[in-house]
Amino acid sequence: MEATKQYIDFFDEVRDVITARSCREMNDCREAALQTFSSKGFPSQKVERYRYAKVEADFSPNYGIALTPLGGQLPPYCFRLAEAEPRVRVLYNNVADTADSIVALNTMLCVDTLVVHVPQGIKVEHPIQISNILKGEQDTMVCRRILVVMDELAEADIIITDRAASQSRFLTNQVVEVVMGNGSHLNLYDIEETHLLCTRYNSVFVRQGRDSSLHHTCLTLFNGHTRNRLDVLLQGEGSEVTANGCVIADKMQHVDNNTLIDHQVPHCQSNELYKYVLDDSAVGAFAGRVLVREGAQKTSSNETNANLLATRSARMYTQPMLEIYADDVKCSHGSTVGQMDEAALFYMRQRGIDEPEARLLLKAAFITEVIETIPLESLRDRLHVLVDKRLRGELSKCEGCKLCK
Amino acid sequence: MLKIENLHASIGGKEILKGINLTVRDGEVHAVMGLNGAGKSTLSNVIVGHPAYEVTQGSITWDGKDLLSLNPEERAHEGIFLSFQQPVEIPGVSMVNFMRAALNAKRKYLGLEPMPAGDFLKLMREKRAIVELDSKLASRSVNEGFSGGEKKRNEIFQMAMLEPKLAILDETDSGLDVDALRIVAEGFNKLRRPETSAIVITHYQRLLDYLKPDIVHVLIDGRIVKTGGPELAAEIENRGFDWIVRGIKD
Repeated sequence: MEATKQYIDFFDEVRDVITARSCREMNDCREAALQTFSSKGFPSQKVERYRYAKVEADFSPNYGIALTPLGGQLPPYCFRLAEAEPRVRVLYNNVADTADSIVALNTMLCVDTLVVHVPQGIKVEHPIQISNILKGEQDTMVCRRILVVMDELAEADIIITDRAASQSRFLTNQVVEVVMGNGSHLNLYDIEETHLLCTRYNSVFVRQGRDSSLHHTCLTLFNGHTRNRLDVLLQGEGSEVTANGCVIADKMQHVDNNTLIDHQVPHCQSNELYKYVLDDSAVGAFAGRVLVREGAQKTSSNETNANLLATRSARMYTQPMLEIYADDVKCSHGSTVGQMDEAALFYMRQRGIDEPEARLLLKAAFITEVIETIPLESLRDRLHVLVDKRLRGELSKCEGCKLCK
Repeated sequence: MLKIENLHASIGGKEILKGINLTVRDGEVHAVMGLNGAGKSTLSNVIVGHPAYEVTQGSITWDGKDLLSLNPEERAHEGIFLSFQQPVEIPGVSMVNFMRAALNAKRKYLGLEPMPAGDFLKLMREKRAIVELDSKLASRSVNEGFSGGEKKRNEIFQMAMLEPKLAILDETDSGLDVDALRIVAEGFNKLRRPETSAIVITHYQRLLDYLKPDIVHVLIDGRIVKTGGPELAAEIENRGFDWIVRGIKD
């Protein structure tokens, strides 16, 4: 409760500053968010969707809270919320689960929203990269908000990267809302490469229209404590979602992926593949609920969570869930937790590959299946390199980025 | 030269090898024949340092070095190669990356720079042709989805890449049809240099017709009970092992 009060007090203190720096659509939602957050507080582990997260502990440390609006020139298709079209602005806080405390906290404190709006029939040629770089000497909490609106038949690749350029403690609360119009197509990538002192709560909410298709890939390459939530509502017939993810964690890292794929109408498809490689004393959790509602006939869905534990002290909690209320569907779900293949290790050693290198190759191979599904070729190639570097312990700074040099 | 003296080895506390003596000089091909469970595969696994086997007595020296003090990858760098009876599938590790890692590890051990990518791919192409390994197989994951014959061919391909001084073929003929056997055996012969030696473990004469062993050993119950020339293999093909087993009992 202490932490909850701390954030409410802070909001009371800075309410005027936030309101002044923000826009009407965001300010209109703050009081209701405050109500939700005050009445619910941080969720305990008794709340089903937070079973594997220690929310209160994650939010307890005393962080300075960044209240900076977006600055500088934004690239094509990108806007601040206040500058977006009115029909886009009203979608703010319309897709996210407003009853969720973490979302409510974000809605209370967030100053600005980055909008990516791709108009009807436009195929954005180059990927749009949203690069978040945490930097500063103070321990800082950041609330980020992104709204993606894909009009009918629009197509785009959006890459969201999360990095840290200084060794302070950072806490990120990011909410991403995505509205996909009929026949739109979006490849959305979320890549985290931060450090051990970073805590990240990332909540992504997607609403899909008829015949739309989403390919979502969530990659946790380096982190401290991370919780990724993904809710996809399939609301238009013929829509498709691929929700994949991979996690590489060691030391005391903690990664929790929590997903919901909600088949609300007939003739939709979902595919989910999450793979974890856990070393040292890392802890991973995956809880994926696939919900096939009454009347959602001809649903096709497949959910897989596969995990490789490299040590006896690494731990994985896995909970694939399938709930079906229709009678003409094709669904599967499953998970595996395994160790290194000793026969493969020896085979490689007999060919002269030393044991650490053989282990590394097997770990990278395990992750490869997820990387290979990435539609964007240049990113796929880049990720193979990043995964290799990560496993070699060479991924501490983001090369190619001026801030880190 | 490989010199095995009074070698005893066990797995899970059960003694399998009960005093093996075997000397393989450079350039020699030795065949090891014997019934199932006699210890043939144990012998090959112990030579390459499989961690599941414990050597309880005896010694193995390789060109004067104490082989048992080396780990499996060092033994590989020293030129010892095992063609596995059941090659392992490694999904997600491409043949190219696997071979490059293996070859460059050996070069590093020998104090050489990694092989430039262009030279490496050229070498892959050359060696692949010798065992008639499809280029598609070479671009796939290690042994994944390979047929039994393709896996064995892939073993000989890897041998071609790594150019060992001692090759151990552990039932390389098992699961091969007549044509595949010929390709594998002829490939092996083409790849052999005069100083390359080999230990060929087999149940059958057929592979030996191609490989022409200098010396044939019969391994029964963890010991070499009979040693002879190529004619011994022919005799076993005709008469089986019974007469040898009976000979020991008498």
